[in-house]
Amino acid sequence: MTPGEETQAGGRGAPGTVDAEPARRFGAFGGRYVPETLIRALDELEAEYAMARRDPGFAAELSALLRDFVGRPTPLWRAERLEEAAGWGPIYLKREDLSHTGAHKINNTIGQALLARRMGKRRIIAETGAGQHGVATATACALFDMECVVYMGAEDVERQALNVFRMELLGAEVRSVDAGTRTLKDATNEAIRDWVTSVETTHYIIGSVVGPAPFPRIVRDFQAVIGREARAQLDALEGTLPAAVIACVGGGSNAMGIFHAFVGDEEVRLIGVEAAGEGLGSGLHSASLTAGRPGVLHGSLSYLLQDADGQVAPAHSVSAGLDYPGVGPEHSFFRDTGRAEYVAVGDGDALAAFHRLAELEGIIPALETAHAVAYILGEGRTSVGRGPAVLCLSGRGDKDVSHVARLEGWGSAR
Amino acid sequence: MIRPDGYRPSGRIAEAFRARRARGEAALVPYVCAGFPSREGSLALLEEAARAGADVIELGIPFSDPLADGPTIQRASFEALEGGMTVRGALGVLAEFRARSPVPVVLFTYLNPVHRFGVETFADAAREAGADGLLLTDLPAGADPALEARLLPAAGGMDLIRLLAPTTTPERAAEVADGGTGFLYYISRTGVTGAREELRSGLEREVGALRELTDLPIAVGFGISTRGQAATVARIADGVVVGSALIDVSRRDGVEEAGRFLASLRGAMDGVAG
Repeated sequence: MTPGEETQAGGRGAPGTVDAEPARRFGAFGGRYVPETLIRALDELEAEYAMARRDPGFAAELSALLRDFVGRPTPLWRAERLEEAAGWGPIYLKREDLSHTGAHKINNTIGQALLARRMGKRRIIAETGAGQHGVATATACALFDMECVVYMGAEDVERQALNVFRMELLGAEVRSVDAGTRTLKDATNEAIRDWVTSVETTHYIIGSVVGPAPFPRIVRDFQAVIGREARAQLDALEGTLPAAVIACVGGGSNAMGIFHAFVGDEEVRLIGVEAAGEGLGSGLHSASLTAGRPGVLHGSLSYLLQDADGQVAPAHSVSAGLDYPGVGPEHSFFRDTGRAEYVAVGDGDALAAFHRLAELEGIIPALETAHAVAYILGEGRTSVGRGPAVLCLSGRGDKDVSHVARLEGWGSAR
Repeated sequence: MIRPDGYRPSGRIAEAFRARRARGEAALVPYVCAGFPSREGSLALLEEAARAGADVIELGIPFSDPLADGPTIQRASFEALEGGMTVRGALGVLAEFRARSPVPVVLFTYLNPVHRFGVETFADAAREAGADGLLLTDLPAGADPALEARLLPAAGGMDLIRLLAPTTTPERAAEVADGGTGFLYYISRTGVTGAREELRSGLEREVGALRELTDLPIAVGFGISTRGQAATVARIADGVVVGSALIDVSRRDGVEEAGRFLASLRGAMDGVAG
């Protein structure tokens, strides 16, 4: 038995109706396991979001910003040389790397900054792993003239130094977190501690489909634009639904964003690619759905890497954005119901795919995204084998270039 | 209400508060982290606390991601885990203390270690080890009522201690108080655990408003570190929780000095000059 199994706090609204009662769970997963101090803020956010969803002015402002500031819709690119190398296709890349700031993260930060403005909160905090969410949050805060503090693990500050500088250029304060594993998990702990202290004046822009309700749903809804666009674009090009939709999964926001438009179409396979790090048997990985078990971290019940004593196990991945021991609760729900499949790709294959996509398509992907590319080049041929497939190219790899150069000894070889 | 019909709460915690209240005094509720400064050190600290006049003791089971805790308890938790402390180990510390002292103990931890242990199994093992209450920082009242009910051992005898914060609305406070047993834990300020220079000015009014809602004793914690603060809170509330300050003293000056620190707080709460 797991927590929440017997309860459906809030319940789900009838299909097609606006949520009368907010649904706080996805099956047994999700919930809001947080300190009492945060309950009122979560209630207020839930209520504000429900009002925003009914407000045509909110939707109009958001879509204008996504069009004129973010650069949406992002293109759907047919990757013919990748198809040739992978031996199957057609394969399309949903080019989130071309959105402003270079990753999908900005879809969510613009939406949440609008919510914060509606709530009268002018101080924003965020956690970041690879730095993309931090940059996207700092960007939204610059645009809306809000104070911005970003928590980042000390190890990530080192491996994503360029993004730290970008955040500072945008006027944000980056606070390096030295506790625990010094990565995204601990940055999130510290952001929550800040929020517990500052909740009356501060909004926490959480960066993925994780955290206590209503965050997983809010972030999903703001990212769902990816899948809506991809669906319409593919329909225009091929006149069909994709056979498979593929995306990398850390917390899982780009995956949930592109999956969501296809959840009701049972014939579309939804495939999430986790980070197997140095191998699932090595203990050094971030594959919560593949190798974890249900537990409670950062406010929700979801698959979690943990030891036999219920202590959270350190995650590992070459990519800072996937280096997280938890995962969004809706992914856990999809895993258990079988609606989505989750596989894992290791550091080595991801690094190889990072190079391959650059050489084949002239696109340097983020190391996170490279895990999904590796699946296309590897297991995808036998496991999927026929297109059209849509891969969420969640971010560009510029932020990773110096890290990869260092890993591969590029500087010392010259 | 979370309690199944006919469930018997501990009674021992409420009795400890009642005994103090009858004398016009407030209860002293220290927090000890199992495994800090060591397994034996935490056991010694429990005994020092009992000797110093603790009425109820919170025994923390360390967790890797204590997101409601400030730097002091975080560090103590990490050191306890590095020293090999586990959930079962903490229950062992409790059982050993229970063999030597009748002071009621509330286990204080986060949901995940309890969940991984097995909710019903944990409840029974905790009761068996001598726990009188359980407080889970990340299980706010009403978040998972079925789980709350499963945390109460079949044999009865355990309180589920609930937290209230300055941000808790009056409507919600009434619901939280209604389902609680033992005592209510009022968080003195928004924020994480840890010593602070000053108490918030609204504290007396807020505790007064809570009294209108409940007959349960009200303990106040988070940020209480000095004799003056303890004396002030003792006048306002039924109990004074001291955590980080106690850890600071035991880290700096050792377990025995920590006992003297508690005795000095006890004195201040009872109006004894120090």
